[in-house]
Amino acid sequence: MSTDTTGATIDTDQLAKDERRERIKRAWSRLSQSTLSLVGFAMIGLLFIIAIFAPVIAPYPEDAAGAIDFSRASQAPSLEHPMGTDTEGRDILSRVIFGTRIALLMGFVVLSIAISIGVTLGLIAGYMGGKTNAVIMRITDIFLAIPPTLLALAVIAATRPSLWYAMIAIAASWWTWYARLIQGEVLSIKENEFIEASRSLGAGWFHITFREILPNAIGPITVKATLDMGFVILVGAGLAFLGLGAQEPTADWGLMIATGRAHVRTYWWIATFPGLAISFAVLGFNLVGDGLRDVLDVEVE
Amino acid sequence: MSYSDYLIRRAIQAIPVLFGLSVLIFTITRVIPGDPVRLAMGPDVADEQVDAFREEMGLNEPLHIQYVEWLSGVFQGQWGLSLRTGNNVLFDIITRLPATFELVLVALGFAIVLGIPFGVIAGTNKDHWQDHASRITALFGVSMPRFWVGILLQVVFVGMLGLMPLQGRIDGNPPPHTTGMYLIDSALALQWATFVDAATHIAMPAFALGLATLAQIMRLIRSDMIEEARKDYIMAARASGIPQNLIHYKYMLRNAFTSSLTVIGLAFGFLLGNAFLVETVFAWPGMARYGVQAIINQDFNAIVGVVIVVGFAYVVANFVVDVLYGTLDPRVRLRQGGE
Repeated sequence: MSTDTTGATIDTDQLAKDERRERIKRAWSRLSQSTLSLVGFAMIGLLFIIAIFAPVIAPYPEDAAGAIDFSRASQAPSLEHPMGTDTEGRDILSRVIFGTRIALLMGFVVLSIAISIGVTLGLIAGYMGGKTNAVIMRITDIFLAIPPTLLALAVIAATRPSLWYAMIAIAASWWTWYARLIQGEVLSIKENEFIEASRSLGAGWFHITFREILPNAIGPITVKATLDMGFVILVGAGLAFLGLGAQEPTADWGLMIATGRAHVRTYWWIATFPGLAISFAVLGFNLVGDGLRDVLDVEVE
Repeated sequence: MSYSDYLIRRAIQAIPVLFGLSVLIFTITRVIPGDPVRLAMGPDVADEQVDAFREEMGLNEPLHIQYVEWLSGVFQGQWGLSLRTGNNVLFDIITRLPATFELVLVALGFAIVLGIPFGVIAGTNKDHWQDHASRITALFGVSMPRFWVGILLQVVFVGMLGLMPLQGRIDGNPPPHTTGMYLIDSALALQWATFVDAATHIAMPAFALGLATLAQIMRLIRSDMIEEARKDYIMAARASGIPQNLIHYKYMLRNAFTSSLTVIGLAFGFLLGNAFLVETVFAWPGMARYGVQAIINQDFNAIVGVVIVVGFAYVVANFVVDVLYGTLDPRVRLRQGGE
């Protein structure tokens, strides 16, 4: 990918690579000294293990798919059903376990779409400059003028409620931060002497984008995306709670809380445990995100 | 350019943003697949009547004509009919806005009133148990879904202890209408029983809504206090024997508070956004719940109206933060003015 130059360039490439690797190594050693970050990593690791092995771990995997058995409806937590059963007799623990899959899927899909949109728009705005830049950044301002939850709600109004539309709706309101970051990065890097230098050596925009701009932005993006995983899971749960996300019989945490809402006076366990799961997941991503922010020393607010 | 010129420029910049927001939301809601008008009128109404109603609402016009007509209506107070209530959307929103505003203000007030002293205590006892307790509270505070916190409160205080009302704004008669905010209206009318009634109803939703904001304010004040404590003027103040509390709350907090203002301004928007969930949990008869109903029923005029009002409130809140920022911190005033 390097330019049409001599062996010297390859050496500097190697130097830059070594330097980056060294920085990652140092960051990791600092990160491993922060107890809270390690706890966060452990929590996220646990979530992934639960998500992957859900069919093996869950005591009643068929309940996650929506098997109904009214003969054991609304049972309080017991040895047989550690988190109790819901009003349709489904084991809540099994559904909470399978809900991990939906939550992680939600976070990854939403952020993949949002980051792709944001990075693309940011690059276009930064490179083109002038009117294109102004138009894209004004659009970003518009999206920033209302809370993301509300924008996602409005986008959902234009579709049928489903898990996938909810993900698209959240992603559609989530790209702004990434667009701003990349646009700023392009603008500031344009001024740099080393870009001037690589340009004069014949480096094209492709090289500059992938070797100079994105490596610089990868730190802030990682931190922001980690913290956003938690927020996206929260917003997704909220939409499902309102009936505007995943639909029955999907084992979705937000949806499970919605069923429990009608029974707060009687069956406290139905809403309590899925909410604990959400808090656990969000807390894990927040702890890791905070740790990464301190270690990589980036501002993301 | 003076500071006031800067503020005026900021205010003018907000206009295209709100304009763009209205275009965006208008377009989204008009491309709704399916047939919201048919949905609203029910299956028993004849096709001709549905068509006539659609014609009457101007839904057969091209999109840009519809938008221009809608926009000119907005400035005349005619925000379009709600398919669900049959009212002018502006009327629906105005009657529900005070309830939402009251909820958000109480949540914000509670977050500030508790968040600031807790933050000061944590910051001035760095690495002691107070600091650790505040860190753990904050971590959980921002990680728990607010609507779930609301449900937990219902489980404990309604289901188990039977201490609080489950939902709604009030059990008895509402106080005489002045502002539409029950706490203020009942206090003005000196109806203390009504005040207590309203206060017990707002306590749980406001706590659920404000908890995460409390956590954010607390952490921010803490870190700013720690930063301030390292500065020379604090050392000088300590050396001159000025009482500890005076130093903490008068000198350090004033400087620490400035940066928290941004968070409070942003929090206003987050609170409005989350009010959609919390109002649903507590059957709070506010604008946000109206918005949720509108979305579920594809009530397009109502959706546009609610989004515009929230966007407007958001923009205004950010502007107010800018003004306060300059008032509290002369350096900001000079920097912006000096451009």
